[in-house]
Amino acid sequence: MNITELTVHELKDKLASKELTVSEITKAYVDRINEKESEVGAFVTTYCDEAISKAKEIEEKVNSGEIKGELAGIPIGIKDNINVKGAKTTCSSKMLENFVSPYDATVTEKLNAENLINLGKLNMDEFAMGGSTEHSAFHNTQNPWNLNCVPGGSSGGSAAAVAAGMVPWALGSDTGGSIRQPASFCGVVGLKPTYGLVSRYGLVAFASSLDQIGPITKDVEDCAMLLNIITGHDEKDTTSENIEKVDYTKVLKNDVKGLRIGVPKEFYAEGINEEVKAKLEEAIAKYKELGAEVEEFSLDVAKYSLASYYIIACAEASSNLGRFDGIRYGYRTENYTNLRELFRNSRSEGFGEEVKRRIMLGTYVLSSGYYDAYYKKAQQVRTLVRSEFNKAFEKYDVIITPTSPVVAFETGSKSNNPLEMYLADICTVSVNIAGLPGISIPCGVDSNGMPVGMQIIGNRFEESTILNAAYTYEQATKFRDNYKPEFKGGAE
Amino acid sequence: MSRSDYEVVIGLEVHAELSTKTKIFCSCPTEFGGDPNTHTCPVCMAMPGALPVLNEKVVEYAVKAGLATNCEISRDSKNDRKNYFYPDLPKSYQISQFDKPLCEHGYVEIEDDEGNLKKVRILRIHIEEDAGKLNHNEFGGGSLVDLNRAGVPLIETVSEPDLRSAKEAENYLRKLKSIFEYIEVSDCKMQEGSLRADVNVSVHKPGTPFGTRTEMKNMNSFRSIVRAIEYEIDRQIDVIEDGGVIEQETLRWDDVSGRTFSMRDKEDAQDYRYFPDPDLVAIRLPEDYIEEIRKNLPELPESRKERYTSEYGLSEKDANLLTASKYMSNLFEGANKICNNPKAVANWLLSDISRILNEKEMEPEQIPFTAEQLAKMIELIEKGTISSAIGKKVITELFENPKDPEEIIKEKGWIQISDEGAIKEVVMKILEANPQSVSDFKAGKDKALGFLVGQAMKETRGQANPQMLNKMFLEELNK
Repeated sequence: MNITELTVHELKDKLASKELTVSEITKAYVDRINEKESEVGAFVTTYCDEAISKAKEIEEKVNSGEIKGELAGIPIGIKDNINVKGAKTTCSSKMLENFVSPYDATVTEKLNAENLINLGKLNMDEFAMGGSTEHSAFHNTQNPWNLNCVPGGSSGGSAAAVAAGMVPWALGSDTGGSIRQPASFCGVVGLKPTYGLVSRYGLVAFASSLDQIGPITKDVEDCAMLLNIITGHDEKDTTSENIEKVDYTKVLKNDVKGLRIGVPKEFYAEGINEEVKAKLEEAIAKYKELGAEVEEFSLDVAKYSLASYYIIACAEASSNLGRFDGIRYGYRTENYTNLRELFRNSRSEGFGEEVKRRIMLGTYVLSSGYYDAYYKKAQQVRTLVRSEFNKAFEKYDVIITPTSPVVAFETGSKSNNPLEMYLADICTVSVNIAGLPGISIPCGVDSNGMPVGMQIIGNRFEESTILNAAYTYEQATKFRDNYKPEFKGGAE
Repeated sequence: MSRSDYEVVIGLEVHAELSTKTKIFCSCPTEFGGDPNTHTCPVCMAMPGALPVLNEKVVEYAVKAGLATNCEISRDSKNDRKNYFYPDLPKSYQISQFDKPLCEHGYVEIEDDEGNLKKVRILRIHIEEDAGKLNHNEFGGGSLVDLNRAGVPLIETVSEPDLRSAKEAENYLRKLKSIFEYIEVSDCKMQEGSLRADVNVSVHKPGTPFGTRTEMKNMNSFRSIVRAIEYEIDRQIDVIEDGGVIEQETLRWDDVSGRTFSMRDKEDAQDYRYFPDPDLVAIRLPEDYIEEIRKNLPELPESRKERYTSEYGLSEKDANLLTASKYMSNLFEGANKICNNPKAVANWLLSDISRILNEKEMEPEQIPFTAEQLAKMIELIEKGTISSAIGKKVITELFENPKDPEEIIKEKGWIQISDEGAIKEVVMKILEANPQSVSDFKAGKDKALGFLVGQAMKETRGQANPQMLNKMFLEELNK
């Protein structure tokens, strides 16, 4: 038995049947990290020693009956923009390279309440801005399917670590596709919850009206389990919704008969890779075969989502990142003689290029004289996008698109073309703009053996519907049984 | 041309710290003082990832303030971010309200320079958070940030430019202060900075458009506000008379030199990039919520004034003076409840106590003694234990060392001598020492009696009962 190839629900069963112990599981993951991390580079910080002693402690407490809970002792990896008390939260930025968080994010408290073990903080594009994890201030992360390729981003460390078996599951965050796109590139499952389903308290804000924390897992059942842990109303986040808790593991019916699937043709048009398109068509055919009703339709306004997204996200980011000013914590320049220079040089030296680009964009669109033409207009487009989706969900239960128009590309191949990178977010951003839930699951590999991701979008708080749709497809196609990351390429 | 050829236009932006127990977006205490950075948490320190949650009490207090100043309350309001960099502003933005303030279009009534009632319009009242405080060289070299005040809730009340003199500006600010104190939304302690004003001043000739205004920020005493306005009026008129132009700018008032200084810095031309705070949901107030607050609004100065004239028979003027400050008014009511002598309490408050406040440049809320102590002093006079002359000394002492007046007079040996034997002894002594006065009196000069009583009072250091002295002198002289 290869422990690190098991899903969490399998680990849970083996813990229950005493086939495995908490220490054995943690040890296996630590060994795997020691084996693979040098190739993949998924972590910013690892807590291997701490994890092993924590595993012993939990194991004793479980044996003595002091703690219960079927997931006690399962390891996890956490994206490095989610606060864990006493641990560094770097956001993969020089700005926060040495920042130790004084508090736990709400999701961290929820993981702790389940006695999950933190294996480490995962690499990302700096402040979650990017789609390749090449914007980490520390190092790149490589795609376990092909080490010459990017893992996607910004939660590239989370997706790569899950794909490489270095963590059984992980938390990511998604502002415009940052969970779904790396999940797609790395052949794993990633879900962006409905805006307001998961508390953002303790998630370092990129764009407050778009950010959501979500699971990145090996399969859909694990995804449902991790979603169960992290959801729930939080008084510390007024944008978190007070709705009844759902047990998402109970909604996986393995049945899509009569499921109404909408296929928006704009998502399969220009710019999409032919192989990606073909895989999606196969997947949609599979759904038909499983008894779903499929219809093509037009989601015309979606094409404006990207512009609207980059205006809103950058505007909010320009304000959210103001607090990194070199005064209270984080990087401070040594090169200053007055206050203005302290601010200017700390921020100039502490932030990377992509972050600065977005702060400048955001500052510009909020400036007096430009606000109406950009920010206000973008909000109006946002309202339109929402209402278009609302209309679509009167006819369909789910909407299926590619997660990304392309598969994982080679490291360095796009890093000089920010606009091309932005365009690659076309399939995912409208979901954030509309505040909807979206899941990415693998639907095959291309001719180079790189995974292709399918995105299933649901109506607000219809996580159950998309999870069941994803689960049913997964059970019918068994991607994990057929394909495995091979760690091709890399250092010759 | 002289100053009287110009009309003065003044508008005030008044910041009042709300007296909620906790801060506006977290549950840290709002208490003034404390060791630096002890009233803080991840939210008000702006730790990465921390989120604000609006304190409902802040909305309630702001609505109260709006209702008490005749404002319309917005059913639909929101919080906006005002972005700028400064070390005392930890998030690099202040959460405030931009285009949808909670309260709009109100007014308060003040007395104008001719003594007539005048409405001063209020443009808006909005809620926002206070910034922290910079300590320059207080803890060794350099500047250090104290964030205890960061996130303390404020309401900003913006007047229309309806004020026409420094005196009117003072009256307006006193009125707002009084209202906020009455409805208990702010303790309005100017010396602690919990009430401060930005003052906008311009001058123009009647019949011409308003002049260019200058702004003086963060003024926190009535005296400096009046002085600064007077100075700024003169300065602007001088500039215009000399053929110059007034520039729109922010000025700093320096209390020591008694003049304003330009704070102009071209690079500081601020664009605050206001936008709705995406971390906070919109504020929606149901009509019945507003009505509930309206119903429970405490008694305002106007209605207290009414009561003082009708119930206690005080003059309009005295009632006005007493109710101008809630502290004064509460002291009056508290003392009166105990000694049931409204005229005496009013007299003490408006004469001796007000005189001492003036001399000490203190505000009524700084009066150190309690209503009980004041009432006790008045009762001691009524009972004849002390004279009113001693009463004045007790009041002075109460300002220095507030405690039970009975204890004060005991300690100081100020108890009135009402013992017949003792009084007689003094009377005989004075008569013996002043034969001339005795014969004057007998020759029909009644004034001589006053002199003799005065001598006796002097002899007893004001402690002899004056009525008894009078009576006994007359008895002796008429023998």
